[in-house]
Amino acid sequence: MHIEIDEISKQFGATAALHPVSLAIPSGALVALLGPSGSGKTTLLRILGGLEYPTSGRVLFDGQDATGLTVQQRRAGFVFQSYALFRHMTVFDNIAYGLNARPRATRPQKAEIARRVTKLLDLIQLPDIGARYPSQLSGGQRQRVALARALAIEPRMLLLDEPFGALDAKVRKELRQGLRDIHDTTGLTTVFVTHDQDEAMELADVVVVMSMGRIEQIGKPQDIRARPATPFVREFISA
Amino acid sequence: MSDATFRPATEETPLARRILIGLAVTGLLILVFAPLVAVFVEALRDGIMASLESLASRDAWAAIKLTLTIAAISVPLNAIFGVAAAWFITKFDFRGKAFLITLIDLPFSVSPVVAGLCIVLTFGANSAMGAWLVDNGYPIVFAMPGIILATMFVTFPFVARELIPVMIEQGRAEEEAALTLGAGGWRVFWTVTLPNIRWALLYGVLLCNARAMGEFGAVAVVSGKIRGETATIPTTIEMLYQEYLSVAAFTLAAVLALLALVTLVLKTLLELRHADQLAATHRH
Ligand SMILES: Nc1ncnc2c1ncn2[C@@H]1O[C@H](COP(=O)(O)OP(=O)(O)OP(=O)(O)O)[C@@H](O)[C@H]1O
Ligand SMILES: [Mg+2]
Repeated sequence: MHIEIDEISKQFGATAALHPVSLAIPSGALVALLGPSGSGKTTLLRILGGLEYPTSGRVLFDGQDATGLTVQQRRAGFVFQSYALFRHMTVFDNIAYGLNARPRATRPQKAEIARRVTKLLDLIQLPDIGARYPSQLSGGQRQRVALARALAIEPRMLLLDEPFGALDAKVRKELRQGLRDIHDTTGLTTVFVTHDQDEAMELADVVVVMSMGRIEQIGKPQDIRARPATPFVREFISA
Repeated sequence: MSDATFRPATEETPLARRILIGLAVTGLLILVFAPLVAVFVEALRDGIMASLESLASRDAWAAIKLTLTIAAISVPLNAIFGVAAAWFITKFDFRGKAFLITLIDLPFSVSPVVAGLCIVLTFGANSAMGAWLVDNGYPIVFAMPGIILATMFVTFPFVARELIPVMIEQGRAEEEAALTLGAGGWRVFWTVTLPNIRWALLYGVLLCNARAMGEFGAVAVVSGKIRGETATIPTTIEMLYQEYLSVAAFTLAAVLALLALVTLVLKTLLELRHADQLAATHRH
């Protein structure tokens, strides 16, 4: 799905989390929002997902105004920084949650739900953990379950907030490839937030560099490396 | 080398540990266990038949029924209000939040007798509203509605206070995740919020229930202590005791204590049965 962000701004009381920013994300792209802490990355992602409403501006999905759509109507697969797995449910029930939440008319049969959950567990290469609780998983496993849960609703786009934030370097590398693979097989438009420039440069087709609620530069990784548009970008990527 | 060399940093020396345990056990024995045993001993002083006979009296039976009814009405209502208040306070940002939290604690800082008097002043026959209610056949003071109001006021904080810290600690992320997965507000509440707080809710309800059955001050003022009508177990115990009917008084006291023990046993049983879930719902 093609996503367009048109002059979006967000104000939290007196703080401006986002000055008007605009950004077009082509269908099927893998985009990184890169920037230091407090630059407005999470805020922008939450606005896309419908968890936050912008103070001004519009969001367009495939050319249609989606600004007023509720979080449920957006059907965005959202992976939270802390994963936010339902702690009182097994992994199986976590992944099945979105399917069970559908209205009766479109809700798959029990057996069909089980089949899909099993398939997703295979996709994240953790076929045997369905009966476990989130507290019995490692950080990397939790992250993958969160991804499977988001994919289960057949989302129109994938939004990930620092998906590898709390993991050690080796696991990060593995999961990076995992996300790339899942993106390539599903073809979903994917936006992920990171403050790690290596991660952004290695993984993304397009990198959006943000600072203090503004977009500093939008470009392919190699272009941003070769031609930083502002002193901030030069400073940030050489760090 | 002695064991003490490898003592974990957070552990006390064996001597200190024994002294601390001793203090705790002694305190429990003197403050909790001994009085509880004394109640039962006094109740059974003239034999079990005498105790049972005192319970069979019309007034004692009416008091037990009234107290159970009051608890059965006010505890569920307070559970609903408590959940609503805690949910409102922890899931939304608004001005005056700190003030609202203080307000919830108010019943803890106001003496129950004062609370009872406030209800009498507001709804009693001497106030305009009270007079109107009495004229129309809905008396509040010296009747069941007043007792329920007084009980609910006194026990209001228990559920909310138990829930607020738990809900603050758990944050909003799981609810938000459920929303992104397509669940509506009610579904999120029933499938995510409520299961996550159910143990805290259970503790709150049990505490609320114990206090609701045991409340004396506010109920004494509001109910007028009419025997066989508005006298609850605690107020009846006091009246019997004043009349030197100590077997009857202590038997009723033993019943109240037993009711409290039943809730404790229920809680323990639930905990044993759901120990695995209890462990799983704690923060990773
Ligand atoms: N709910 C909120 N209420 C008030 N201010 C907020 C809120 N959420 C974000 N902000 C502010 O908006 C600005 C941008 O925050 P945001 O979370 O988008 O940053 P970020 O780029 O994701 O940072 P990080 O890398 O630390 O996660 C910050 O100054 C932050 O303090
Ligand atoms: Mg963030």
